Amino acid sequence: MKREFIKGNEAISKAALLAGCSFYFGYPITPSSEIVHACAQLFPLVGAGFLQAESEVASINMCYGAAAAGRRVMTASSSPGISLKQEGVSYMASAELPVVIIDIMRAGPGLGNIWPEQSDYNQVVKGGGHGSYKCPVLAPNCPQEMCDHTILAFELADKYRTPVYVLADAYIGQVMEPVEFPSEVLPVAKKEWAIYGDKESKHNLVTSIQMNTIEMEKVNVVLQKKYKEIEEKEVRFSEYMTDDAEMIIVAYGISSRLARSVVNDLRSKGIKIGLFRPITLFPFPKKQILKHADHAKLFVALELSNGQMVDDVRLAVNGKRPVEYYGRMGGAVPTHDELIEQISGFYKKYIG
Amino acid sequence: MEEATTPRVEISFDQCKGCELCVIECPKKCLFMSKKINQFGYLVAEYSGKDCTGCGICFYACPEPGTITVYKKIKNKV
Amino acid sequence: MSTTEETKTKSDTISKPAGFVEDFVRKPGKFPKVTHYCPGCGHGRVHKLIAEAMADLEIGDKTILISPVGCTVFAYYYFDCGNLQAAHGRAPAVATGVGRSNPGSITISYQGDGDLGAIGTAEIIHAANRGEDMTVIFVNNGIYGMTGGQMAPTTLEGQVTSTSPYGRDIRDAGHPMRMAEIIATLEAPVFVERVAVSDSKNIMKARKAIRKALQSQKDGHGFSFVEILSACPIGWKMKPTDAVKRVNDEMAKYFPIQNFKDKIAEHQPYPPRVTTPDNKKIIEVLGVNKDVRLFKKDQKFLDNFKDQNIKIAGFGGQGVLLAGTTIGYLGMETGLNVTWLPSYGPEMRGGTANCNVVLSNKEIGSPMVEHPSALIAMNGPSLEEFGPTVKKDGLIIINSSVVKEEYTKRNDVKKIYIPMNEIAESLGVMAAANMAAVTAFIAATKAFELNHLLELIKHNFKKKHLIEQNIAVINKSYQYVNDTYFK
Repeated sequence: MKREFIKGNEAISKAALLAGCSFYFGYPITPSSEIVHACAQLFPLVGAGFLQAESEVASINMCYGAAAAGRRVMTASSSPGISLKQEGVSYMASAELPVVIIDIMRAGPGLGNIWPEQSDYNQVVKGGGHGSYKCPVLAPNCPQEMCDHTILAFELADKYRTPVYVLADAYIGQVMEPVEFPSEVLPVAKKEWAIYGDKESKHNLVTSIQMNTIEMEKVNVVLQKKYKEIEEKEVRFSEYMTDDAEMIIVAYGISSRLARSVVNDLRSKGIKIGLFRPITLFPFPKKQILKHADHAKLFVALELSNGQMVDDVRLAVNGKRPVEYYGRMGGAVPTHDELIEQISGFYKKYIG
Repeated sequence: MEEATTPRVEISFDQCKGCELCVIECPKKCLFMSKKINQFGYLVAEYSGKDCTGCGICFYACPEPGTITVYKKIKNKV
Repeated sequence: MSTTEETKTKSDTISKPAGFVEDFVRKPGKFPKVTHYCPGCGHGRVHKLIAEAMADLEIGDKTILISPVGCTVFAYYYFDCGNLQAAHGRAPAVATGVGRSNPGSITISYQGDGDLGAIGTAEIIHAANRGEDMTVIFVNNGIYGMTGGQMAPTTLEGQVTSTSPYGRDIRDAGHPMRMAEIIATLEAPVFVERVAVSDSKNIMKARKAIRKALQSQKDGHGFSFVEILSACPIGWKMKPTDAVKRVNDEMAKYFPIQNFKDKIAEHQPYPPRVTTPDNKKIIEVLGVNKDVRLFKKDQKFLDNFKDQNIKIAGFGGQGVLLAGTTIGYLGMETGLNVTWLPSYGPEMRGGTANCNVVLSNKEIGSPMVEHPSALIAMNGPSLEEFGPTVKKDGLIIINSSVVKEEYTKRNDVKKIYIPMNEIAESLGVMAAANMAAVTAFIAATKAFELNHLLELIKHNFKKKHLIEQNIAVINKSYQYVNDTYFK
């Protein structure tokens, strides 16, 4: 184990190599560019493939090709780039190709700006491209998790033959913290469905088209079964002071870091408040949130968007308790004082 | 003992789509469109039974992979 | 077994090439011997030439064919090789991924005119420009066959299609694109030729070109491109026999049938790509096998540590970010929790730069420093901007080499003035003003021992020849702050 003081974005590139990733295809975009920089620097040194693609669209399709060849492959971008990749993600979901996609979210819509937002939630967690598909989504909130989740993402991608997202924001990408990296490279098993350009694998086929409606429905049924299994087995979350909480903030990524400071502060003032942090956004920890509706009288979704995750919190709580939302947009990050005022306001309104 | 056979062309009745491209390409004009209709409803091409030189032009003219087989001038072992 | 069957050898007959699978079992329906193509379709002719070349060049086992979107989306029904189906226009990108992943394989990107000349223009140009190991078979029939006879980028002027019902108007729709000519202008492609599958003479030229292109890839020459003028009788609403005639009479007039580039003979084959990482190298390059801890864990130090929320600000080029990471490293090496959050993006490329550093013996929530316990202001604007945000009883360290006037807006904080630039310059390292800043922070807060900083610099500093001078700056700065404020 080596501890390194490192940016979240750079931790991703190193973790990818340790996860057995042998290809990176990407296009630079702030605030994710440190990932492509680090890959450009490291991958050729160890004999892995690196290519700066001509576009986001090309890069995800290069991933499609490499994944079809059985490789562990990664691409990374930031919100506008993820919009462009959605076509390829849909194809990969349908063709059941594993890939790890990193999204370091910035502000939108449109070109927006390079400051943090969490407004890709809907396009990343709900599928994003055409067709009935979803991708597992991991939401790290520190560089250590940027490392750990990247490695986990490769494992999940291969296990379920699906694209997997690591969804972080500009601040989690830019922040430096100590990270402990594993000291071994994960083995990558030969995939019996992949196309290796040899006699043994030449009758394999990777495709996403089935003209026959019943056959295409079968493809969809297989996918839905897979998503159900993922919902049953892969839910991840963390909790902070939720046991006796009357009020629970639900937040992921940078928002969860802000929320933790708020919880510490308000707890010191005697308010029973806790933090529930979904680590997987799909599958969303619905049951685990609902469980808290027994004792918590109020849930507040804190997110840097117009309120996207809050829909999932409401579905989880299922009308049992009120669910409020607070957030900022445009790259503005709420200050601690602002959050104390807002969250206290909700507390007064519902609890007293 | 070896014996020379005459070249010929075989057109699969079931696989012909009746596009007529082999007919117009044949340098010896020994293929023609017949009045017979196959399972798809296409009028199929046929070999007249004579003049084939085994040149293979009709094979490459035909868009279908296995519809046409050309037997070149070969020596059969008897 | 009859005598004839017994002697049906490859050399005796011209029949279905071995590059095709025996029965097209992937094709739905009851007829596994025939293709899904319309009567007289040019694709069938092209398929036959590819299948034959694959068999004759003995490359079937290592060939990977990319089926595009268009009528050949189902090419994988037919070819006895690895098959991959791609999104519209993306075949060259997919081929790049699969080809690079399988060095030594033969990659065929089979594309139509909409795929290659319209929606996938970027992908084909760049794959060609990189000289990817692939052979592009570009079937140009000037129409979108599969999706209903619409105009293609190669539809001829005046040609009626379902989206050019009054004939292609070049003022509106532009000119038909000559893709082979465009590709031939690029450096990397070794072989670019336009052929036609219109009559037996042209089919034989096409056969030769396809074989040459595949052979060149097999020999390691990278990218080759064969454009094939081809008939779409149904899309053109013509009899097949008239359609093939139109290829020669109309299409070939605008799209000359010729070779545009053949530098195979003079081209040095590329060495095979290495794309399989060496695990030992990964461990070595990442350095993850070493566990170097600079300082011994000091529990008392950790227990007594008081949280620090530091803002360091200045103009770009003053080493503000590095000052922050230096404090961050100190925190990490002494076992604290640390976060460092920079300003980034265009800000960094001119104008101001700042960073936030949080040090704590507890888990850190927000990495943002809104109310610094310590501000290091390297220039005037930074002091103006962040001075008011400093916590009551906090600390402001001011670079008095740049800020000449006393800062009077805050009298509820401790202020330390230190001529960072002068100290650095006096020791011959102008760039070390930021080290003076870090040292001033340590001297003023005693958050870390001076020794820790010195050790860290010796260990971490990348420019080894400047270590001694930086150490001198640190020592002088420490002494300056101590002498001025703590005596």
